[in-house]
Amino acid sequence: MRYLSNVSTLEFYSGKCTGCGMCVNVCPHEVFEIREGQAVIIERNRCMECGACVTNCAFGALSVARGVGCAAALINSMIRGGEPTCDCTTESSGCC
Amino acid sequence: MEKDNSPEAADIKNRAKCAPSQGGTVCSCRAEKSEPVQLKQVTPEIVQHKRWITGTVRTPMGVIYAVSTEITKQEIFEHLMCRISGFRKSYMVTPGLYAAGNPDSQSHVVVTANYKLSFDKVRESLADENVWILVLDTKGINVWCAAGKGTFGTAELINRIIMTQLTSIAGHREIILPQLGAPGVSAHQVKQATGFQVLYGPVYAGDLKDYFKSGCVASKSMRKVRFSMIDRLILTPMEIIPAMGIFAVFTVIIFLYFGLSLSGINFADAFKGAFPFIVLCFTAILSGALITPVLLPVIPFKSFAVKGWLAGIFMVWVSKQLFSWLNTPAPELTFLTYLMFPMISSYVALQFTGSTTFTGMSGVKKELKYAVPLYIITAIMSIAVLVLYKANQWRLL
Repeated sequence: MRYLSNVSTLEFYSGKCTGCGMCVNVCPHEVFEIREGQAVIIERNRCMECGACVTNCAFGALSVARGVGCAAALINSMIRGGEPTCDCTTESSGCC
Repeated sequence: MEKDNSPEAADIKNRAKCAPSQGGTVCSCRAEKSEPVQLKQVTPEIVQHKRWITGTVRTPMGVIYAVSTEITKQEIFEHLMCRISGFRKSYMVTPGLYAAGNPDSQSHVVVTANYKLSFDKVRESLADENVWILVLDTKGINVWCAAGKGTFGTAELINRIIMTQLTSIAGHREIILPQLGAPGVSAHQVKQATGFQVLYGPVYAGDLKDYFKSGCVASKSMRKVRFSMIDRLILTPMEIIPAMGIFAVFTVIIFLYFGLSLSGINFADAFKGAFPFIVLCFTAILSGALITPVLLPVIPFKSFAVKGWLAGIFMVWVSKQLFSWLNTPAPELTFLTYLMFPMISSYVALQFTGSTTFTGMSGVKKELKYAVPLYIITAIMSIAVLVLYKANQWRLL
């Protein structure tokens, strides 16, 4: 299953990549592959901006505007202001 | 509900206060290392209260609770309650170190969240294994959501490793995390702070045994998140139940609307006029909260708002074909049913983005940019149609 195309904010700075493969290990949607000792984004449109690759890249070769892909959280933040958070303890939505 | 005030827990807590970096002469638990550890007995009260605790395991740092790898019928019932109600909000275990089987200093250490459903999935997958289970304090939230929030995170993991004195219990320096914990945990920072190398294991606890067998290498299939029809179906009660709030409000408003006459409320008219609308509203909510999630890959287009709208308009049309009493004689009311109910279905379907495994924030923002104005326009148009219909009925026009 795919979501909307050309929306992910994932950025890759190949100059900083050492080809350690950590991004491949942590990505839940097979966005990366290691080719010739370097990471390559093979399918950007599968990225859900969870931030696992960015958090685990020790070399700062990746960036993404991470956040919750949850309409309820985003609508709440539009109405009440503030950052959209998936706060399951106060929300009635079944997000978690 | 799982708050642990037992003397054993207090003992473990006291030992945890003593960080491994403290000097041997000052720290009383270090002195204990050379002495035989007094094995605590698990009292019948604890077993009765928490049947998943089966005993204790001796470690250089004291005794640790051993857990059962079997899930009882009562726990299966509790898991069901988690899926359909707010019961899950208080379904927690006390964070800390637990033992599955009879682990020693060379045994694997797996990490999980303190949501008891997550913890149960892990221990269930460890039958006949000797493994340490390190439970992080995620405030009762599952691993992936907690990782997104940061509670299943670098700081909590480092803190928990220190508190449980894992360095003294495990002879090795490897710790296995669920792959979906990765958004919250920075493996290189954990290594720097504690010396433990984070190994990202499989996405699903059920693959843990195969992961151990393969020498702690997660295969491609172990690393991929699945989202089958059953997975989606399991999530729908928590979509349907909150949407019932919309249904209740709608029912009251539409009942009053049809009952309202110039001489007061007429209940016979209210029921006759409102009934088809109430049934169609229920159909629209089910289209958005049940049919759209279950048939997600089959319904055309990638946008959840569009998928929900399509499911909604189809279901309204089908319902009207099947049950003639759903058709209203007034053409403006027929128009209203096709205007309003597919939009309700669309709105409800859009909420499911929060439960999926593949929607990102940028995509949802893009959807909202066109969906929210459309919802507002639809609401205004629907109210206008209702007002005009009533005005016409009362011969005000």
